[in-house]
Amino acid sequence: MSKVLPDLLYTKTHEWVKVEGDVATVGITDYAQHNLGSIVYLEATEAGESVKQFQQFGVVESVKAASDLMSPVSGVVLEVNQEAIDSPELINTDSYETWIIKVKLSDAKELANLLNPEAYQTECK
Amino acid sequence: MKKTVLYEEHLKLGAKMVEYAGYAMPVEYSGLANEHLAVRNTVGVFDVSHMGEILIEGKDATGFANYLITSSVPKQNKRMMYGMMLYESGTIVDDLMMYHYHPEKILLVVNASNLEKDYAWITKQAQSFDVRITNLSDETSQLALQGKEAWKILQEMTDYNLSKMKMFDFDEMNILNLPFLVSRSGYTGEDGFEIYGKGSSIITLFQTLIAKGVTPCGLGCRDTLRFEANLPLYGHEIDADIDPFEATLGFAVDMAKDFIGKKALEGKQLKRKVVAIELLERGIARNPYEVLNEQGEKIGYITTGYLLPGKTQAVALAMLEEGYWAIGTTVYVQIRKSTVKAVVRNKKFLNKTYIK
Repeated sequence: MSKVLPDLLYTKTHEWVKVEGDVATVGITDYAQHNLGSIVYLEATEAGESVKQFQQFGVVESVKAASDLMSPVSGVVLEVNQEAIDSPELINTDSYETWIIKVKLSDAKELANLLNPEAYQTECK
Repeated sequence: MKKTVLYEEHLKLGAKMVEYAGYAMPVEYSGLANEHLAVRNTVGVFDVSHMGEILIEGKDATGFANYLITSSVPKQNKRMMYGMMLYESGTIVDDLMMYHYHPEKILLVVNASNLEKDYAWITKQAQSFDVRITNLSDETSQLALQGKEAWKILQEMTDYNLSKMKMFDFDEMNILNLPFLVSRSGYTGEDGFEIYGKGSSIITLFQTLIAKGVTPCGLGCRDTLRFEANLPLYGHEIDADIDPFEATLGFAVDMAKDFIGKKALEGKQLKRKVVAIELLERGIARNPYEVLNEQGEKIGYITTGYLLPGKTQAVALAMLEEGYWAIGTTVYVQIRKSTVKAVVRNKKFLNKTYIK
């Protein structure tokens, strides 16, 4: 059973986002890391660049395959988690602790397009 | 979807299952990297019951196999040989292992994904030979026990003296008092055994191996292990439009005898071949990404590539045009929107330690 945290919002493509004020912290879900298997590579849009909701902001690769990362929100990237870039296997250890990017939200109304924990839980079945 | 006899065992072990060659197969259990390293460091067991087994029997068995396959049937009984079947065009129908029981009985073990095509090809070619061709695939299950501790584990379960078995020897023997065909061989670059038997026997053996602490290994690490050992996979390094020399498998082609596809090979100049590359920048080169030269022109493609478990630099096998084969040559891999610098290197991703 994959872990779904109560205080986060989710995408159908298995990213999570934690919103604090106008800063959104983004990562991939436990379900995603489990399905990917051993994660060995991570690439994300650099700080200062913009991302758009449901558009690609990076790539995560397991030993087997590459998968696109889709941004849950629009805005400007404030920070990339260098620790996750350097040691992407941390995502397998704890995908909610190991965030990938922080984004300054450009449109808080977009959050209504995301899944709440219950809806995401259903999505994972 | 077909199931191997071990399907229920895989589920009990919590395997992630995928479809491969029409079978539900385990891709990983405890994790690909963990399984890969278990085979490299100790021992792992794979369910490879999906593989195809085709038996050639009869007066002309040796003559037919020598005509059908690029390499020569071993002179000694109970010896194996790696080889390929070619189309008249010289490109590859499939690669296989032949098991030479005796001159009138030869077992071919072929890729699961090619079984139907192979069986049709073999029966078609056999028409003017005095042979019987039997597809034993559905009644044959197979385990691969791989790693430096494989012999020790297996020896605990049999009276047969395994120390007299050299690489590519095979024999029939009892394990746990059940009959099996066992060869000292594998697809991982490690010492190990491939074990064929009836479904019920294979289930008992698999359960016993797991109880003894052998790591169950899925198709995921089967591919990383074979790649690291520079062993080809059909659909990647070899294919219906690739010839053995392009795949650098000339060692398995006996040009001194007659075989299907030989004529085409004789007249052909080598214009591309599989080489190894190492990425000098971040990224993972995967099949079928394009490979470019300094000018940005396409010079080939990646056949297989990985960032291997326990390694920090991604490596790949690539089919490259002439002129880019020398070790040290700079090439570029198109990975999504970026071109990533790489260098042609030797193919020894792994230092094989087993004794031949």
